[in-house]
Amino acid sequence: MNRRTEARIGILFAMPWILGFTLLMLYPLVSSFITSFTSFSVLKPPTFIGPQNYVELARDQVFKDSVVNTLLYTIGAVPLSTVAAIALAMLLNTKVKGMAFYRTLFFLPTLVPMVAQATLFLWVFNGDYGLLNAGLRGVGVNPPNWLGDPSWAKWTLILISAWGCGHAMIIYLAGLQDVPQSLYEAAEIDGAGSWAKTKNITIPMISPVILFNVIMGIIGSIQVFAIPQVMFPGGAPARSTYMFAMYLYDNAFRFQRMGYASAMGWVMFLFILLLTLGALKYSDKHVHYETS
Amino acid sequence: MLLGMVSLTAIVGFTAYAGDQIVSRSDRSDRVTVIYWEKWTGSEGEEMQKVVQAFNRSQDKIFVKYLSISGIDQKTILATAGGNPPDIAGIWESQVFQFADANALTDLSEPAARAGLSRDYYIPNYYDSLSNNGKLWALPCTPASVALYVRSDLVPPEVSTPETFPKTIEAMDALALKISKVRKDGSLEFAGFLPSNPGWWNWSWGSLFGGDVFKGGSPNINSQESIRALQWIESYSKKFGASSVQNFQSGFGNFSSPQDPFMEGKVAFELNGTWKANYIKIYQPNIKWFAVPFPYPSDRPDLAGHSILSQDVLVIPKGAKHAREAFEFIRFVQRQDVMEGLCSAHGKNSPLAKVSDRFFANHPNKAIRLFDQLARSKQALYPPHTGFFTQLSGELNNSFQEVNSGSKSPKTSLKEAQGRIDGLWKTYQQQVLSK
Repeated sequence: MNRRTEARIGILFAMPWILGFTLLMLYPLVSSFITSFTSFSVLKPPTFIGPQNYVELARDQVFKDSVVNTLLYTIGAVPLSTVAAIALAMLLNTKVKGMAFYRTLFFLPTLVPMVAQATLFLWVFNGDYGLLNAGLRGVGVNPPNWLGDPSWAKWTLILISAWGCGHAMIIYLAGLQDVPQSLYEAAEIDGAGSWAKTKNITIPMISPVILFNVIMGIIGSIQVFAIPQVMFPGGAPARSTYMFAMYLYDNAFRFQRMGYASAMGWVMFLFILLLTLGALKYSDKHVHYETS
Repeated sequence: MLLGMVSLTAIVGFTAYAGDQIVSRSDRSDRVTVIYWEKWTGSEGEEMQKVVQAFNRSQDKIFVKYLSISGIDQKTILATAGGNPPDIAGIWESQVFQFADANALTDLSEPAARAGLSRDYYIPNYYDSLSNNGKLWALPCTPASVALYVRSDLVPPEVSTPETFPKTIEAMDALALKISKVRKDGSLEFAGFLPSNPGWWNWSWGSLFGGDVFKGGSPNINSQESIRALQWIESYSKKFGASSVQNFQSGFGNFSSPQDPFMEGKVAFELNGTWKANYIKIYQPNIKWFAVPFPYPSDRPDLAGHSILSQDVLVIPKGAKHAREAFEFIRFVQRQDVMEGLCSAHGKNSPLAKVSDRFFANHPNKAIRLFDQLARSKQALYPPHTGFFTQLSGELNNSFQEVNSGSKSPKTSLKEAQGRIDGLWKTYQQQVLSK
């Protein structure tokens, strides 16, 4: 078989992916970029309006509020779910009887569909009858109104984010199992305690995994949609939970402003790109690679 | 490569063939199949399907295929844009002008006039809410009006009848405050009335004080009437404490459940639609209640008889393949016997000018005559004739929440909302209305 035939067969096998990528990813990407410079209400042909959508975004207070809400959510949710996932992974990495059961148990919440999760948490965080507030009252704390008070609603979403840390937990667990046992043994000979071993061995050794999960967490948090949309329709109360993706959705499908929504989509992409680059830059000095 | 091209052609060909089969509109060559998308599921959907079946039985030239569709508004727009809309779509009245502004609807004025479905045939408010500049964009399916539902067992005996219940907002407020119960820790145990319950018509509070949110064809949020309305809303959160109200309301169950606050006895009176009686009948049939028109401000007795009208409507999207046959079905729904049967089953009032005694006698809502009168009232309000209503009501709803939660004062909130809405309106005019 000559190289040309080999290449043709290779392309043929790659064709499903090439077709899928071209039709389902590349075309919508290019199309949305072009649409972002138009006024397009879906039912009328798009009209080119230059950078007007981007100029309007810069002046749009609701857009700015949604960006601030999303960034605050990201700042709260990413560290919380990272800490929760690492802590759970470390617990699940110990030698305890029935570990397979525990690992399954802690991963299961991740499999609950988003809408079902949102409905469940509406009851957990209910001000009067909620499980959480019943517990807080039980220990003498005057509980807040998690769902109705604008100053608490964002915290509710941040707390809920920890519920979905199962995927990251599994990746951390795999990373923890790759840490050479010999390093712990050497540290023990030197008299290192649990915290010293965690700080000086475990965390540095799984730092590439942390970087990966943090970047994925940032991307997921900036795109957060389903749970706030179900729990806090329209960003209620008083737009305190109005996230970037919710405002994008409203512009596209409720207000029929596809051009504006496309511009928002590209701004969202730039946000994610900048934050990811920032995380990668920061990681230069803090992430330890075994090969380096 | 040749193999790849052949495979690709085969896939595209099969998809085109299968796709055509899937969306095929006619199951028989001797009759036209009309595709009807409707939002209803459950019992409401079943009642509409009975109407569809009755129509299909009534003749053999047209067959209506009923499809229950979630997110019907968005899907109808996308299907219309894609050139393959349903022949009939059952949407909400508040969306009619959004569709019309986007050039997505068929004007029904001519076929309606030919069929005798003129303004006189309907309660004028319902007809007017669907027509503009001589064009008729939809016809009613099931309408509603709203009134104040009162639990007669939860108010003092001297005001426990429709005749003796307070007629003005001020007197209603005094009663609400008098009968509300606050626990020692300051939390609410029982509220006479809360404007935020159920909170479905937050765009309309200004009209209660004589305001018009779309005055002269432009958004008019920051009016004296709207400020007064939000100050009234604010008075409730100030009386009980915004946080107490929020905590209290967070314990309210869904309106279609026995935990509904009115049915459960957590509030004594609330603004609600004709359909409420249906839910009461299902979940708490033993409670004692009556309905009255929502009170008016004491200095504006001319505003007595206020109500908010809403409708589920039938439209023919532009590009529908069987518009003529689709209209035949819509016409069938407008028949007095069909309409009354459907509206009664849905617990709604009739949109028609002529209503039979039988409809009133057998209706599940014992106060149906009041809801019918309110629908005919000069003070009855329907969403303004603009596709901009979604944004407009969104801003008003946000202002309501800001004031109700104590985050902002009515004046600040409305001033900011007006600023935002002016910018959005300018863009809407340029981009959608091409002005």
